[in-house]
Amino acid sequence: MGRKRQLDRVPSGPGRKSRRQKDPEFESAKDKKAEKKAKRPKLDGLKKKKKGKPKAAPPPVALDSEGSTDESDLPDDFGDDEEVSDTTPQVVDGAQGDASDEKNEGSDDEEDGDEESDDGDEGGDQGMESYDEGDSSDEEELLPIEKAAKKGRKKEEEDNRLAEEELQTNIAATETLVLPSGQEVEKDAHIASDLTLVQQRIRDVQFVLADFKARKQEGKGRSDYVQQLRRDLCTYYSYNEFLMEKLMDLFPQDITDVLEANEVPRPMTIRANTLKTRRRDLAQALISRGVNLDPIGKWSKVGLVVYDSQVPVGATPEYLAGHYMLQGGSSFLPVMALAPQEKERVLDMCAAPGGKSSYIAALMKNSGSLFANDANADRAKAIVSNLHRMGVHNSVVSAYDARTFPKIMHGFDRVLLDAPCSGTGVIAKDPAVKTSKDEKDIQRCSHLQKELILAAIDCCNANSPTGGYVVYSTCSIMVEENEWVIDYALKMRSVRLVPTGLPFGNEGFVNFKQHRFHPAMKMTRRFYPHTHNLDGFFVAKLQKFSNKMPGEEQKPKPDKETNGQAKGDKSTDKAADKGQKRKNADSKEPNNTNKKRKFDPPQTPKQQGGKKNKTDTPQGEKSSPKLKGILKKSPQNAASGGKPSPTTKKRGKPSPTTKKRGKPSPTTKKRGKPSPNMKKKGKPAKKG
Amino acid sequence: MRPLTEEETKTFFEKLSKYIGDSIALLLDRQDGAYCFRLHKERVYYISEELMKKAGNIAGENLLSFGTCFGKFTRKDRKFMLHVTALDYLAPYAKYKVWLKPSAEQQFLYGHNVVKSGLGRITEGTSDHQGVIVYSMNDMPLGFGLAAKSTEACRHADPMMVVLHHQADIGEYIRNENALV
Repeated sequence: MGRKRQLDRVPSGPGRKSRRQKDPEFESAKDKKAEKKAKRPKLDGLKKKKKGKPKAAPPPVALDSEGSTDESDLPDDFGDDEEVSDTTPQVVDGAQGDASDEKNEGSDDEEDGDEESDDGDEGGDQGMESYDEGDSSDEEELLPIEKAAKKGRKKEEEDNRLAEEELQTNIAATETLVLPSGQEVEKDAHIASDLTLVQQRIRDVQFVLADFKARKQEGKGRSDYVQQLRRDLCTYYSYNEFLMEKLMDLFPQDITDVLEANEVPRPMTIRANTLKTRRRDLAQALISRGVNLDPIGKWSKVGLVVYDSQVPVGATPEYLAGHYMLQGGSSFLPVMALAPQEKERVLDMCAAPGGKSSYIAALMKNSGSLFANDANADRAKAIVSNLHRMGVHNSVVSAYDARTFPKIMHGFDRVLLDAPCSGTGVIAKDPAVKTSKDEKDIQRCSHLQKELILAAIDCCNANSPTGGYVVYSTCSIMVEENEWVIDYALKMRSVRLVPTGLPFGNEGFVNFKQHRFHPAMKMTRRFYPHTHNLDGFFVAKLQKFSNKMPGEEQKPKPDKETNGQAKGDKSTDKAADKGQKRKNADSKEPNNTNKKRKFDPPQTPKQQGGKKNKTDTPQGEKSSPKLKGILKKSPQNAASGGKPSPTTKKRGKPSPTTKKRGKPSPTTKKRGKPSPNMKKKGKPAKKG
Repeated sequence: MRPLTEEETKTFFEKLSKYIGDSIALLLDRQDGAYCFRLHKERVYYISEELMKKAGNIAGENLLSFGTCFGKFTRKDRKFMLHVTALDYLAPYAKYKVWLKPSAEQQFLYGHNVVKSGLGRITEGTSDHQGVIVYSMNDMPLGFGLAAKSTEACRHADPMMVVLHHQADIGEYIRNENALV
């Protein structure tokens, strides 16, 4: 049933249905013309370029070929249809494609074709108009979407061009960062500035400073850039100007690292209490409770760093049983430097809350005695609590002002002074430091620390068989609180710096800005959050080599003489001390500080030079460097001076009595053994 | 700082012997020197004699602690209260011990009494109102208390019955720090 499918027949031509389709209908030419006229102003600019083509080609083509073809094709709808149908796809394709030329041509052809078919007479005029209208006819031919697409494409090209230009200008712009002018700076100060802008500017300024000559802006000096950087850093990280200036002086290169490190807390660390447990056992016990930890590093055998924990680390039964102590990693360091031995007498002057004291006791294995002191009685109670918890049995806790401690007790083998400070090394723990510290605070801290360190040295016993060490530490990175204090101690007391024994850390500053410290300052150690991932810290280890002061109080008292006598007995010690002192006193300062104390007519030291007692030597030493040299070279003098005799001692005083004695007599010099040195003594007189 | 008076010594030793019996002598005469008890601000401290001499340099009002504090005398009645700080010395000489299960540890460390269900082990022969030292199952001393029931009675007791009255525990180091000093 039904027609059989004829597989053999090859289909030819357009299908049956295509013949029945009507021609596609377009707007009439006149309507189009009207539209085109309306649209013309827009498009002329773009299409004028293409007018040339239609002008040249179409009219002859229109008149000749197309006309003929049209005429010939007129009876044949198909011809027109075909033309039209042929051209319309072109138009459509043209619209979809990139070339508007094709469109124009296609539509032109189409136009011409239509126009020719419509009205032969109008051909010429229409032809003339055609290219004008051809432009607008292009428009008319295009569907709205095509027009939009055209516009879009043109805009894209424009954007690309502008972007390229911008790229070029950008590259040029980064090479010269423009600093905000004074007015802009003031404006910034008042309004809340955008932090991203500030951050960008920080980076830009640092970029410029990295290669200043090449990248700087004309007319601006380095200080302008540095000031701008400082302002921006203060805004971004919320510091006050004073502290930021100090930090920038300390860390000119890696200031951003420092500031970033101060924003982030250091990892939590604990110290295993060797009096009650071993680190390994403790680690196991804590891990079984759900604490994620690791040994702190090669440098400590008792430290553990806690990454995270399911239970509160400060409340586990192990903590309560005193198996460990929550303590910052840097706090291990001063005790490691102190290295207390068993059966020693150790003093911790600023012990609260007791972490370092308990570590000291653990190292001493509960032998000997440990005195833990803190000026604040409330905080000192925390020491008691912690020491009891940790099982320390050999401790005595007191609440004295540490500056008065030497009067209460002295003669300790080792002293630890973890001085109260400005806290600039622990900004991560206490962000309030960023804005609250200023010049006065630092000065106050520095003054207190100087007093404390002198007290600590006075508490220490230089003649201790195993010790005589004082360790000074702070959690501050300021030079005023660290190196300066140590330098002060070196001048004021008979101490010298010794290596701390710590396996890592930056060396302390010998020269910093206008300061010139003792060269041995290299033996002190500094620790920073951004380099060591520990709280900012400073540790210095001093050894006391003499219980006597470098320049004994020069009070014109008879008591002094007896003291001098007693001292005179230890002449050999004195000589050794002198030698040591001289080794220490490379800095120019000792003379100055002692000059204040001295009442020193230039002649008296000379006189006494030959017959030096112990009491004499310090004076003579300090009055002039030459005398120092003399004394060094002739220990014999000291030896002779050591023999107690009333006359020589009296001379030792810087008092009117000496003057009375006083003019250099040949006898005194003779006693002093005539030697080339004596002549040298003459020289200081001239200087005097 | 002064030595204990007769009465104070008596009261104190009585209390101690509840927990460690006759071993008090061991506390006083040790290999590494003579130790003694001294009273300072109502508190009893256990300290070696040489350290005591050194501590004598420090003025009374500035002295906060020396050696180990064992406990304090109440003002009115002059009764002696033993503190947890003495645990280190009591634990080695303890006669009667109680071990707690992990579940009961927390409760005890918060200061609560121990019920039968939390009891892990108990020394044989513990009598009623006997001073006992409390341990965790890891043999870690947690504190001390008074047995509410003898060992025998504990066996037959209800799970919710109190077997140990809390006296002192190491949780006090956090809870009650001020009282210890």
